[in-house]
Amino acid sequence: MKHESVEINAGLLIVLTLAVISIGGLVEIVPLFHIKDTVEEVKGVRPYTPLELRGRDLYVSEGCYACHSQMVRPFRDENLRYGHYSLAAESKYDHPFQWGSKRTGPDIARLGEKYSDQWHTQHLVKPQALVPESIMPPYPWLLKNELMYSDIENRMKALKMTGVPYSLTAEEYQANVTNFGQPMADKLHIPNAKATLEAEAKGRNWDGDKERITQMDAMVAYLQMLGTLVDFKKYEQGYFASFR
Amino acid sequence: MALSSDKKPAQVETTGHVWDGDLREYNNPLPRWWLWAFYASIVFAVVYWIMYPAWPVFKTFTPGVSTLTIEQDGKMVEVPWNSRNLFIQEMQTSPSAVRQREFVDKVSNASFDQILADPSMMAFARSMGSGLFGGNCAACHGQGGQGNLPSYPSLADNDWLWGSSFTTISHDIEKGLKGNMPGFPTIQGAALTDLANHVLSLSGIAVDAASATRGKAGFAVCAACHGAEAKGNPMLGAPNLTDMGWSNIDVVGAPTVDAKRAMIEGVISKGIQRQMPAFTNRLTPVEIKMLTVYVHELSGGK
Repeated sequence: MKHESVEINAGLLIVLTLAVISIGGLVEIVPLFHIKDTVEEVKGVRPYTPLELRGRDLYVSEGCYACHSQMVRPFRDENLRYGHYSLAAESKYDHPFQWGSKRTGPDIARLGEKYSDQWHTQHLVKPQALVPESIMPPYPWLLKNELMYSDIENRMKALKMTGVPYSLTAEEYQANVTNFGQPMADKLHIPNAKATLEAEAKGRNWDGDKERITQMDAMVAYLQMLGTLVDFKKYEQGYFASFR
Repeated sequence: MALSSDKKPAQVETTGHVWDGDLREYNNPLPRWWLWAFYASIVFAVVYWIMYPAWPVFKTFTPGVSTLTIEQDGKMVEVPWNSRNLFIQEMQTSPSAVRQREFVDKVSNASFDQILADPSMMAFARSMGSGLFGGNCAACHGQGGQGNLPSYPSLADNDWLWGSSFTTISHDIEKGLKGNMPGFPTIQGAALTDLANHVLSLSGIAVDAASATRGKAGFAVCAACHGAEAKGNPMLGAPNLTDMGWSNIDVVGAPTVDAKRAMIEGVISKGIQRQMPAFTNRLTPVEIKMLTVYVHELSGGK
C-alpha cells in the first residue's frame, strides 16, 4: 500500500491511527490480566458489606477521591506516617479502585479504626471544628439525608458481574462460608442485603443516632474499615516483595 | 521563519509529496541535538528493560538482572530489584533510618526514668513524639493537646482522668479508652438544680448555699464513681469534681453562675459517652513509649 493512499483517505487514516495507538495500551494492560503474581495472596480481604458498599458509593459520588488517595506507597516516610504500604490484594474487590492521584488531603488507605465514629461524624459535618487548619469542605447533608438503599441488591449484583463474590445461590453462599466465615457470608448474601444493611446501621452507633439510617452511617462504616482487613503482623516483609 | 518565505521556494528542499497538483511540504528536519537525545532515550530504554522488571511474558514477567542486598533472618541476601525490596533496603540501611534506629534501640531498652534522665533520649522522644502526636492524636486532641470540648479532653493541663503515671498513659494509648458516665434523666426540676449547685460548690464556686446543701443528699448516686469526697476515681475515669478541671464542659469560661449550672445539669441529664481508639495495631511498642513521654510532658511533666 502506498503511503499516499493512507494520507488521502481520512477513514483509513483514522482506523490505522487507532490500531497503532491501541498497541501501547494493550501491551501495558492485557498482560496484567494473566500475570499471576500481581495480586498478593493474603488472608482477610473480603468484599464490602452492604452498608460499607453504600458508603463507598457515597465516597465516589461526593468526589472524595479528588483530594484523598488510598494508596500508601512503599517509601520509608509514607510508612512512618500512614502505616504499611497498600497491597494490590487490598483493592481487588474495588470497582473502580480508589487509589486516587492527588493528595490535597492526607492518604486514607489506613484510616479505619484510627479515630472514633463520633470523630468522623463531627469531622464530616464540620472539619474545622476539630482541625482548625483544615481546608476540607463540610458535608453536613450526610447526617441529614436518609440513606437510599432500596437498590442495594442491584448494586451488589452489578459488582458480582465484575467478579466480586457476593452470593445468590446456595453454592455461592457455601463458598463464602468457607472463605470468609459464616457471619461474613451472611452479610455478603444478596437476598439478605436489605436486612443486613439495616442491622449493620442500627447495630453500631455510627452517627450518634441508632434509629435513623443516614448517609453518614454508611460513610462512617466505610471509612472505619479502610485498610483494616489484612493483619500485617502475620507476614514477613519479604513475603510481599516476592510478588514483584 | 526564513524557510517558510515564499520568495525563494526553489532553494528549500521539500518532502517530495505533491497534493492537488501544486501543494508541497517543506522538509525541515529536527535539530541534531534533539535527534540524538531521541536515540539516546531509546538506548536508555533497552538498558532499563535489561536491568529492571519490565516486560510481561505470558503468566510472568522479565524481572531484570539488577539486584539488591538486604538483610533477611540475620543474613545478607541478594534479592531481585523491585520497589518492595528497595523499600526493605531503605528501612534497613538508609542513612536516616540507621541514625534513627540508634536512638530507637536506646529508647526501646530504657525505662521511663532512664529516658527522663538522659537529655539526648528526651530530645529524641520529644521530636518523634511530636510527629506521632500530629499524625495520630492531634485530629481529636488538637495540635498542642489543648483538647476539643466536649468529646476530646485536654492533654495540656495537669488534670488526668485516668491517671498520670507513664504505665497508665502507655496502657491507655495501647488499649484505647471508653469514657462512660450514664445520664440521669429522672433527676429533674428542683432536685436537678440543687444537685448541680452542690457540684459547683465543690469547686468553691459561689452558689445558692441553701440549694447546694439540699443537693448534697442527691450526690450519693454520683459518689459511686466520683467518690464520697468527689475527688474522682482514675480507675473509672471519673474526674475529680473539686479542682476546677472540667474535661468536657467549659465551666470556667461560662459567663454567669446560671450558665455554669446549666452545663452541669446537661451532663447530669445526658451523661457522657466518649471513646478513644486503641493504637496497639497502628503503633509499635517503642512508638507508644515515645508518645507516652511526649504526652506526659505536654501537661508539664508531673
